[in-house]
Amino acid sequence: MNKKFVLGIYDDEDVLLTAIENIRAAGTKIYDVFSPYPVHGIDDVLGIKRSRLPIVAFFGGLFGMSFALWMQIWMLGFDWPMIIGGKPHIAIPSFIPVTFELTVLCSAFSMVITFFIVSRLKPSLKVNVFDKRSTDDKFVMAIEVKDGVTNMDALNDLLRSNGAIEVNEKEVVK
Amino acid sequence: MQHVSPIREPLVTGGKTYHDITEDVCRQVEAKPNARWAAALAVALVGLAIFIYSVYRTLWFGIGEWGLNKTVGWAWDITNFVWWVGIGHAGTLISAILLLFRQKWRTSINRAAEAMTIFAVICAAMFPVLHMGRPWLAYWVLPLPNTFGSLWVNFNSPLLWDVFAISTYFSVSLVFWYIGLVPDFATIRDRATGPIARRAYAVLSMGWTGSAKAWSRYETVSLILAGLATPLVLSVHTIVSMDFATSVIPGWHTTIFPPYFVAGAIFSGFAMVLTLMIITRKVFFLENYITLEHVESMNKVIILTGSIVGIAYTTEFFIAWYSGVEYEQYAFINRAFGPYWWAYWSMMTCNVITPQLFWIRKIRRSLTATFIISIFVNIGMWFERFVIIVTSLHRDYLPSSWAMFSPTIIDIGVYVGTIGLFFTLFLLFCKFFPVINMAEVKAILKSSSEVKHHGHAATMHATEKGLNTNRHHNE
Repeated sequence: MNKKFVLGIYDDEDVLLTAIENIRAAGTKIYDVFSPYPVHGIDDVLGIKRSRLPIVAFFGGLFGMSFALWMQIWMLGFDWPMIIGGKPHIAIPSFIPVTFELTVLCSAFSMVITFFIVSRLKPSLKVNVFDKRSTDDKFVMAIEVKDGVTNMDALNDLLRSNGAIEVNEKEVVK
Repeated sequence: MQHVSPIREPLVTGGKTYHDITEDVCRQVEAKPNARWAAALAVALVGLAIFIYSVYRTLWFGIGEWGLNKTVGWAWDITNFVWWVGIGHAGTLISAILLLFRQKWRTSINRAAEAMTIFAVICAAMFPVLHMGRPWLAYWVLPLPNTFGSLWVNFNSPLLWDVFAISTYFSVSLVFWYIGLVPDFATIRDRATGPIARRAYAVLSMGWTGSAKAWSRYETVSLILAGLATPLVLSVHTIVSMDFATSVIPGWHTTIFPPYFVAGAIFSGFAMVLTLMIITRKVFFLENYITLEHVESMNKVIILTGSIVGIAYTTEFFIAWYSGVEYEQYAFINRAFGPYWWAYWSMMTCNVITPQLFWIRKIRRSLTATFIISIFVNIGMWFERFVIIVTSLHRDYLPSSWAMFSPTIIDIGVYVGTIGLFFTLFLLFCKFFPVINMAEVKAILKSSSEVKHHGHAATMHATEKGLNTNRHHNE
């Protein structure tokens, strides 16, 4: 099924933030906002919850740390113990560097991979961009149109009265 | 909306708009390569050819092609390794540590500096791998099962820590760099006209649309990656310094090494960033983004780290005397007045004296002076590693095994070759990737740019004069 959207185009981040607040206050649901850079404060006005990616990073790091310690203790302590430089088989202080590195590695990669998955970012040739200017210099607010429910004129007025420099319609083929 | 004090100089000059930023940065990606770029690439490719030939000789005939001997078993290879890794550190410092410190001037240099990090680490990795003698067995440094043919790797060895540190550092830096590139690739994709460019950048941009939710996550990921990369970068050069510090060679066995190496790494890295950025801004007309303010900020980091390095040299000398260990004392006297005195004093001049010139504001803000001093620092830091490695090794406990080291043409070839490799990679990056992080520069544009005002726009020239001609005057 095709989806129809109304796009309000803005060219200033402050106008955009006030517009989002007013439009949401007027009871209109905003589908998404596209911007060329991260606009500070947009999370609050759009009601985006804080990302839980740091939790993923923490557990990734915890896994990396445990794995590294287990690996070194098992390999040098149990699987094939050797005396190296007169040190004990399980010489924890000299295991710290590798443990630290693997903690960082697993933490970073688990978080980044999760980021790509949850943001549905993957290499693909077809990209659905509502308005190509949103990666250049415009802020694009997309509002989904429900046939027979949405009052197009009122929506147009609402967007324009809140500083949109353009209001366009866009149909997305599913 | 952050407030930036009006006495601070704007970070973007020339009254740029968001669209101007896109245009200015995408220009060299979209346009045909200019003659200066092509000429530079030709020179870099000559360097790369030298690299390939030297590596071929090293692999075919073995390490005997190098000037190493029984006494000096580590020389140019490890010197170059440490030098390149150190250079890489500035990129992470700029993108991660300055992000945590909320230093906004990082935004227009972080992309190129991170690229420099990645290419420098690639060059660095060549040396230990080639020094193995049989690089096709390089995977033996990984913890592989005993049944495979060797025992488990020795986790007590700093050389093995290096394997983990460098590969983690490379991977995390690459990911950090790529995450930052994704939105900019999307910008190029949406502007691309040719079918190949559109497809290539579509794949690279991972379908980025710039939705608010994605940006929110992007910022979280950047912040956490910065938080991870900061201790990581410190750990990498710490571990590199432990290659020396955990041994019993006089001149190496010192606890000062980790902080001293980290400071030196940042010092040399910033010098390399300056060398590259002064050229890049000129060749690609990015003077409005990489301004004198940026150059001055980097020069201030150079004074700080250069002074730390200077204090470290003095401390080492003092502690050698204070320790009362005659081998240690001799190692340092030999450094300064022995057969390699010229290397020691080149290091002292380039690293301790020249950067102190940056206390003078005029020199700090002069591009020519900065460029020359940055080259001096690059040379000085190479000599520092040479001094630490070769002068400590060539005369240790047993006078009967004392020897001198002199490089062969292949030694020089591998080193010069990695410079060629580095610049080949860097030039390709400049051509096909956006050299400035467009999204981040756009994000600071509103709070820190020169405002264009009805006809009498403040120009580059006006801002270079000083503080008073900036935005508060024009507003």
